[in-house]
Amino acid sequence: MIVPYSHVLLLAGILFAMGVVCAVARRNLIMMLIGVEIMLNSAGLVFVAAALRWQQLEGQVFVLFIFAIAAAEVSLGLALIVYAYRRTGSLDPETYNILKW
Amino acid sequence: MTLYAAIFYVLAGVILVSTGLAITRRNLVHAVVYLIISFFGSALLYYLFGAPLLAALEIIIYAGAIMVLFLFIIMMLRVDPSALRSPSLKEWLPAGALGLIYLAVALLVVSTDPASQTPLMTGLVRPRVFGQFLFQKYWLSVEIISFLLLIVLIGALYLGKAYARGAGDRTEDKP
Repeated sequence: MIVPYSHVLLLAGILFAMGVVCAVARRNLIMMLIGVEIMLNSAGLVFVAAALRWQQLEGQVFVLFIFAIAAAEVSLGLALIVYAYRRTGSLDPETYNILKW
Repeated sequence: MTLYAAIFYVLAGVILVSTGLAITRRNLVHAVVYLIISFFGSALLYYLFGAPLLAALEIIIYAGAIMVLFLFIIMMLRVDPSALRSPSLKEWLPAGALGLIYLAVALLVVSTDPASQTPLMTGLVRPRVFGQFLFQKYWLSVEIISFLLLIVLIGALYLGKAYARGAGDRTEDKP
């Protein structure tokens, strides 16, 4: 035996909270994407532990899809960030207020 | 406490500390390097939970490809070091209070649920078994995901080209 399942849930929950703080409280578009990465990673951790807990392989299959989603999200997000940076010259989300009037 | 439990707690501590350092660094390159350490810890946890193929993929995709992509973009753009947003207490009090309530409830639920107290037994899924399972039962999902990746590729290419096309009238666009 390794540890109770609840300890894994707690670890993943704390990691997810860290990701949320990083995505919300940082003044930088790249750090917001990094926060999303941390959240996806913690979700994958829960899936793998659940696959072991219930002895079902579906959990691990889901983690594979999470990897693909994360890769897609990061590549498109970074392309958007580069585009926006070239247009405005800044990575601060507070400066993206052209729609506001 | 068994050896596996000790390994889990050590890895959990390393992951939490390195992630906490990553989200508070001012320098983005340092943040990404700390995050790579955190993802290595996650990969070892995957291995501990009996998923060696996913552990390898975590290192290849997360710690390798995604983080190197971040490093490329950080070095390509001129990024000023940025601190944590200085919060005004009035803005953050509701969010913080609601978050604390959620945390307390989650702790309560997890600690009182008898199903979550069952210890995890060690197990191992060989990559061959995993691959056969994946491509026999979930081949359609794999195709859909690959289609999604193709769409993302086209989208990223379009965003790159869209800037090159609109480069001439960029100055007029600026407010």
